Amino acid sequence: MRDNSYSAVMARRNQIMKSAVGLDYSQFESGGIGFDYEGMMAATGLSMPQVTEVMRSFNVGDTPLLELRNITALARRYAPEGFGARILVKDEACNPSGSFKARRAALSVHMAREMGYRGVITATSGNYGAAVVSCCAKAGLKCIVVQECYDSRGVGQPEIVEKARKCEALGAEVVQLSVGPELFYVFLRLLEDTGYFNASLYTPYGIQGVESLGYELTEQCRQKFGRAPDMVVATNAGGGNLTGTARGMQKAGCGAPVVAASVDLKGLHMASDTQFNRKSFTTGHTGFGMPFSTWPDRSDVPRSAARPLRYMERYVTLTQGEVFYMTEMLSILEGMERGPAGNTSLAAAFCLARELPQDALLVVQETEYTGAGKHQNAQLAFAREHGITLRVGDPAEQVPGQSIVLPEHPGQLRAAEVDLNRLRRSLIHRALADSKDMPGKADLAFLAAETRTSPAFVRQVITQLLEDDNETK
Amino acid sequence: MAKQGDWVLIKSTILQPDQRAPQVPGDTAGVPLVQWVKGRLTADADIGQPAQVITRTGRLVSGALVEEAPAYRHSFGSFIPELLKVQEGIRRAMWGGEDRP
Repeated sequence: MRDNSYSAVMARRNQIMKSAVGLDYSQFESGGIGFDYEGMMAATGLSMPQVTEVMRSFNVGDTPLLELRNITALARRYAPEGFGARILVKDEACNPSGSFKARRAALSVHMAREMGYRGVITATSGNYGAAVVSCCAKAGLKCIVVQECYDSRGVGQPEIVEKARKCEALGAEVVQLSVGPELFYVFLRLLEDTGYFNASLYTPYGIQGVESLGYELTEQCRQKFGRAPDMVVATNAGGGNLTGTARGMQKAGCGAPVVAASVDLKGLHMASDTQFNRKSFTTGHTGFGMPFSTWPDRSDVPRSAARPLRYMERYVTLTQGEVFYMTEMLSILEGMERGPAGNTSLAAAFCLARELPQDALLVVQETEYTGAGKHQNAQLAFAREHGITLRVGDPAEQVPGQSIVLPEHPGQLRAAEVDLNRLRRSLIHRALADSKDMPGKADLAFLAAETRTSPAFVRQVITQLLEDDNETK
Repeated sequence: MAKQGDWVLIKSTILQPDQRAPQVPGDTAGVPLVQWVKGRLTADADIGQPAQVITRTGRLVSGALVEEAPAYRHSFGSFIPELLKVQEGIRRAMWGGEDRP
């Protein structure tokens, strides 16, 4: 009889994951801080054309790239003369399950089927669940989705309740939990009991799937506009969206800057039972974006394939009210109901467009489906019922968990800049915390790649950390 | 009374407060980790009473019976006047004082 206590199951995690992912992560380790990231990414053995073929077999991808002419025209009114880039959006809501997550799921489910697994499990409260179930439906595999859905009073976040409905509509078993990181414990037990495949968001399969998005948008820009994009904005949570997109762009020969955008939920604790239903975004926010940028390996696999600081040129945040406002703008000016969470990057693009000349191409790389529970009306009604103040005014005055302020006019939208060097220092600090030895030359090179800086920068940060450490002692 | 074979929702406690992970914040540590699962009843059961279901992947799961024929109740929510105001403002900013003819 297996010991299924929390500590015993957590102690077996690496062994459980090894058999549930079909990938031995130890082959990429060499004993230091770093590991062979590119070696791990190549482990799928699939070329871009093969990835595309898998996508097409699930009817995933090949989504339209749309020019948002009215939103562009409006942004230009708030830009200096000659500025205001053309804003384009990749309408990923057109994927079978309604979001770009279909790309992440397709490759994982394909691999699960190839390796002979009978079923797939995924731990997600978001669009990814529906994406995995959708692909499993086509592949004829069983599927379990594990969600964090309710607070301890049994009140469900409407967006997550909707995701459960969608997953069930596509054929999944949905296991719903109250708030807490022990979801991972339940997830491990399910993997062990069923022997199913772990369709983690953070395996090389998941991220290589997203590469098809970056590749596709670059090629579409070239075909439609005769040039590659000048800037791409990606909503950032766990980091896979940005990582995969940037890698795909590079594979298409495009080195344009990729900007991360998250909803600012500063001050809200993600594992808090009482704060769980005081946020109106369940993804695309800083509560995931910051910790996953500075410590990618906190994910559910030994080494995450999503390492966003390697690819991030800038990181901006928007308020909940600004993203809801932008979602309304997309409806009322472009006739498209999408999001809201996926429109975080659109809200950022509205601001960033003003910095670029009018002939520049600024690509928002996703949209997502909307509906009951997800829609901004559903979220705002839920927020108001839970005591959150809602008003129209200056969005800068909002306090996450207490108030939501919808802008009065488009000129109030501001993309707040995150200090990337602060995140880089945090990543280096975290990497050193797990290591007993002083970092060697290979470690410095690894950390430089992890932070998109130089070994000199890393050395300087480490020196500073050691000095701070000595002062504390 | 729900009958054997009925589609139901059951609820069970996975971890008691004293079994929760050490890193959870105080408010979460004070409540149990609870799980909800749907499936077909293996035997007749009453609301609130112990029950066992077979889930869609064929797993046997036990808990307390919460709901027979569980429904989806999420919606688009009550009317939010601020969203209407925002829409009007965006149209004005784009097309001028009046909507374009």
